[in-house]
Amino acid sequence: MAELLQHLVNGLVLGGTYALLGIGLTLIFGLMNVVNFAHGEFYTLGAYATFAALGLAGAHFFVAVLAAIACGTALGALCEWALLRPLRAESIDTTMLVMIGVWIAMQNGELLIWGGVAKSIPHPFPTAPLVLGPVSIAPLRVFVLVLAAGLIVTAYLLIHTTRLGTAMRATFQDRDTAALMGVRIGRMHTATFAFGSGLAAAAGALLGPVFLAYPSMGDLASLKAFSVVILGGLGNLPGATLGGLLLGVAEEFGAGYVSSGYRDAVGFVIIIVVLLFRPAGLFARSERIG
Amino acid sequence: MTRRCLVLAALVAAATLAASLNVSAQAPIRIGVIEPLSGPVAASGNYVRMGAEIARDWINARGGVAGRKVELRIEDNKSDPKEAASAAEKLIVRDQVPAIMGAWGSSMTLAAMPKLEEYGVPMVVETSSAATITKRGNPWIFRISPPSEMEALGLEQYVDRLGVRRADFLAVNTDWGRGAISAFGDMLKKKGVAVGAAEYMEQAATDMNAQLTKIKGTGGDTLFLTTAVEQITLVMKQAQEQRLERRIVTTGGSSSPTQLIKQAGAAAEGSYHIVFFMPWFPEAMPDGKLARAFVDEWGKRGHPFEGLTEGFRGHDGIATIAEAIRVAGRDEPKAVRDALWRVSLVGVNGPIKFEKDGPAGKESGQSKPSIFVVQIRDGKVALPDFLAKK
Repeated sequence: MAELLQHLVNGLVLGGTYALLGIGLTLIFGLMNVVNFAHGEFYTLGAYATFAALGLAGAHFFVAVLAAIACGTALGALCEWALLRPLRAESIDTTMLVMIGVWIAMQNGELLIWGGVAKSIPHPFPTAPLVLGPVSIAPLRVFVLVLAAGLIVTAYLLIHTTRLGTAMRATFQDRDTAALMGVRIGRMHTATFAFGSGLAAAAGALLGPVFLAYPSMGDLASLKAFSVVILGGLGNLPGATLGGLLLGVAEEFGAGYVSSGYRDAVGFVIIIVVLLFRPAGLFARSERIG
Repeated sequence: MTRRCLVLAALVAAATLAASLNVSAQAPIRIGVIEPLSGPVAASGNYVRMGAEIARDWINARGGVAGRKVELRIEDNKSDPKEAASAAEKLIVRDQVPAIMGAWGSSMTLAAMPKLEEYGVPMVVETSSAATITKRGNPWIFRISPPSEMEALGLEQYVDRLGVRRADFLAVNTDWGRGAISAFGDMLKKKGVAVGAAEYMEQAATDMNAQLTKIKGTGGDTLFLTTAVEQITLVMKQAQEQRLERRIVTTGGSSSPTQLIKQAGAAAEGSYHIVFFMPWFPEAMPDGKLARAFVDEWGKRGHPFEGLTEGFRGHDGIATIAEAIRVAGRDEPKAVRDALWRVSLVGVNGPIKFEKDGPAGKESGQSKPSIFVVQIRDGKVALPDFLAKK
């Protein structure tokens, strides 16, 4: 029983991190229809930016996290403006290839700047775990979970209650009509991509200290983010959140009770089943067609 | 028109002169190197490369091999077995190297091996631990790193003094990790130790909490951990978060205790590590002078100290190949292979001499490297407490 509870807590903590990765991608992939293979690189960027702000500039931990988010948002905006804007009329395959290029360029850039040796990011939280009965959890993990929840709620409110969010959704539903209504399409594209990239950088800034920062850390993050988006349904923020939690718990129980060698397989089997039976995503509302 | 002819003639003359100069100056001896320079285990691969470069520079400073300079042709296998095979092919076909050193991970080495047999080029294996490498009957393989079985035998004498009664395993899900679990498991069972959980993690995995929770449930006293330093760091931190109070023993020699002290901090305290080089006390190595010189040179080049436990492998691998080429008297793959059976030298790790291993008639070479155990105590690397007490 104690073991079951610990597995559940581990799964939820892990799932929270997957959700954080997923919400940024669900905006870019789901709303903008850009297959963003570079999403994980913005995650890596967030981790390294935090490391740089802490180590080189001597900033406070929270300032460093904010700086990393700002850095990811700015680079995301630049990436959209310089690379995706000229290709807006092109097919999804073209932008996908461009994003694969960005992925390779960013990852090798990180290797060039920081080298292959993993960096440990210091954080101000105590390393002794919080113990609640049979369950123990690191204070840093609790902080990450709380902040992830905060970011997810903020993203949801921004997309669903503000004028900016309405304009974003309108742009990607029907570009021409939105343009006729006076929405500045170009800005909406840039803003959405920048916002999604900022969320990825936030995930990197928060998870970097939990794990380690190294150039290829984004590969696994991208993989998990795509899984979460597919589970939750494209562009569906609550779906991505629940999808992330589900994936985390499923992997945890798969590793704990089936076999740790097949840990990742458990997650992907779930995705195959979801794609077979609910291809629009686990949490998609039924849509009117035609 | 005449002027153009003149220019052409001059160019031809210059080219002929350059070509003749090229022939008179001896061409360098090329040695191929395949290491993971990017990807999850990039840090280790880069350290091996740095060690290989030290060996190359030392050999060249002494006048090279038979008067010819040594040149390294380095290929990145991207921590990926598929890339290792194509890297081997590239080195053999494009660069026509007479011998290769590589490819760090067992899965990468195993993937490159068929290419060696296909083209007939020897490879000195500097890091890989999986037993299968020398058991497959590939006569082009010469290993200077210990297979897991040899490591397990090296540890056997300490099992009682360590006080291991019930052991669990956590290993990377590769040929290396799986091989280590079976080798150490067999040795421990023979010593009457109960073996509990055997858990795996993917090479790129960062969250090992599920495996640790499961291991916590077995009630063992020792955790054998087989993976590279990045994952060891994460496992130690997460074990601390889960209050897993175990004696941790890492195998494979890629734990870089100095890096663990830096990155895992208190979580690494008390852990034991099987290593094949002790840069903290180089004088205790079989050739203390060579070990000292290597540590000094490494520092002089500004390489990080924590890389030394990997870097020596690169030195020893290149030194072995250079010695084989010297013995062979020419840089032709088959001659180098035959000469590898005759080399006898002392590397940073200790004496290197190959003995036959694997199916008769198609044996691979296996050297018997020195194996050491160190412990992280009070934030420093020390000889293990059970040896220090004596």
